[in-house]
Amino acid sequence: MKILSEHPATNLKRSSKTIAVILRRATPSAWFGAAIIFLYVLVAIFASHIAPYGETEVVSSVPYGPWTQQTFLGTDQLGRDVFSRLIFGARNTIGISLAATMITFVVGVSLGITAAVLGGSVDMVVSRIVDAIMALPQLVVILVMLSVVGSSVFNLIILIGIAGATNVFRLARSVSLNVTVMDYVEDARMRGESLVWIVFREVLPNILPTLVAEFGMRFCFVVLTISALSFLGLGIQPPTADWGAMVRESATLISYGDVTPLLPAAAIAVLAIGVNFVVDWFLHCASGLRDDH
Amino acid sequence: MHAILTTIFERLAMAVLTLLIVSVLIFSSVALLPGDFAKAVLGQSATPATVIAFEQQIGLDRPATERYFDWLAGAVRGDFGNSFASRPGAERRVVDIIGPRLRNTLTLAGLTAAIAIPLAISLGLLAALWRNSWYDRIINAATLTTISVPEFFVAYVLILLLAVKFPVFRSLSTVRPNMGMVETVENLALPVLTLTLVIIAHMMRMTRAAIIGVLGSPYVEMAKLKGVSPLKIVLRHALPNALAPIASVVAFNLAYLIVGAVIIEVVFVYPGIGQALVDAVRTRDVPVVQACALLFALTYIFLNLIADLIAIGTNPRLMHPR
Repeated sequence: MKILSEHPATNLKRSSKTIAVILRRATPSAWFGAAIIFLYVLVAIFASHIAPYGETEVVSSVPYGPWTQQTFLGTDQLGRDVFSRLIFGARNTIGISLAATMITFVVGVSLGITAAVLGGSVDMVVSRIVDAIMALPQLVVILVMLSVVGSSVFNLIILIGIAGATNVFRLARSVSLNVTVMDYVEDARMRGESLVWIVFREVLPNILPTLVAEFGMRFCFVVLTISALSFLGLGIQPPTADWGAMVRESATLISYGDVTPLLPAAAIAVLAIGVNFVVDWFLHCASGLRDDH
Repeated sequence: MHAILTTIFERLAMAVLTLLIVSVLIFSSVALLPGDFAKAVLGQSATPATVIAFEQQIGLDRPATERYFDWLAGAVRGDFGNSFASRPGAERRVVDIIGPRLRNTLTLAGLTAAIAIPLAISLGLLAALWRNSWYDRIINAATLTTISVPEFFVAYVLILLLAVKFPVFRSLSTVRPNMGMVETVENLALPVLTLTLVIIAHMMRMTRAAIIGVLGSPYVEMAKLKGVSPLKIVLRHALPNALAPIASVVAFNLAYLIVGAVIIEVVFVYPGIGQALVDAVRTRDVPVVQACALLFALTYIFLNLIADLIAIGTNPRLMHPR
């Protein structure tokens, strides 16, 4: 019992030390990535205050209007302001991607840890099903399901969430397998704690660092998937502003040497690069800290 | 020899089993069809009579297991039935829709693979040879960037540069029978270049990691002490032992080629199977979607099987299991 009561104190000390070490090791690329994410989040939250025009407001009677003082980046095929739509696109793309990533993690992590804790036939059945789904490329899984249920924002979030959950399931399961053999998990079982307690209070906190890094990568992947689907015309439907759909709508301009289609595509790329920089640094730190012990 | 055959047979059986489970998953997506599906396909003006006729036509009045085995038996013989777009008198068979397109996609993927794989492996070997140099760092940054950038961004940048600003290649990749060699190259250059850029970084990075992993082993140290040149160490001593992870990442990227081509084909208006899949999803033509998905799964599983077999073949410990 003495050891148990001392544990939180040392834990707290170590975590404050850990944060200091992590901040000291932050590389320029990590700061750059963090700044990008911060900027995007700000734009997403205050979209309606920043954007000069509304999301679906027609501001010009000229389709594909030129870059002028009023319409900073020109207008799209219906005469809507491209700059405003880019800003609203940040809100829609990031919001929908976050929601889908959340679902991915809630489903994947809880199933993964549960499979690891229960083991036996439950583990086998769930793992087999996940293996089979993963034998299909993820984009194909999503496309097959979309052909059945049709495309809407709600369906997209659920489908991308569930399709991504397979990867998270595998990761969560394999990491928790190392934790479930620990004495404290056995101890909790002996105490008669419920499955929910063991999954969320004993195992989850111990695999959290791995999951945080995976969350970043999954988020990137989801952003790219949603943009790809919207680009194919199967994702977020007009008139909602979405970067992938905006590339699709203005794609013909590229043959006249106009860079407008590249802007939303670049917006996606910069966000994904920013997140990847931070994840890369986080993984580096996580592995570096393990060496310290 | 007997042991190897058993292992190969085991893997083969596993692959077939996985394919069977996948086929059940793909098929059951139809069983999940919501009730108003016929209406969604036929349009709002569908009368109850046409809805019933349509349901009979796609066989929804028969038990699911019977339909599954019919479908599977047909698929094995290369017959995927009729597309939803076919009407009495104007049949449209799924095979006729995806057959020619499959050939186009395989051409595109084959060309890309022939360029990207040797290039990626040799660049990866160089990165391992010159690790921690500026070359290595550039490759690291390039990898991180290319996995973050959407495929269509790469494609449009290339179109802007190589088809509009400097008109070397064409931005539309049309395919006609009996195209000359020069025309084929002109038409396919941009999609092949885009796909190469998209998949090369990952393979390069993994090749480097696999080689560096082996370079830490004592026998490489031994070779170094004997005075073997660094290039020879990498090629003769490290590469053979790193072939298994390299093969698996190459298989992964080849599978991606077939699938990732979905977006590239749409950008370049290339008549491949990816475009067929997208069109079918848009019109909710489920038989075509199922056929495409099954083909993708088959490719994916087959490539992984090959990588598995290469891993076994290059590892003496797996060749002669105790």
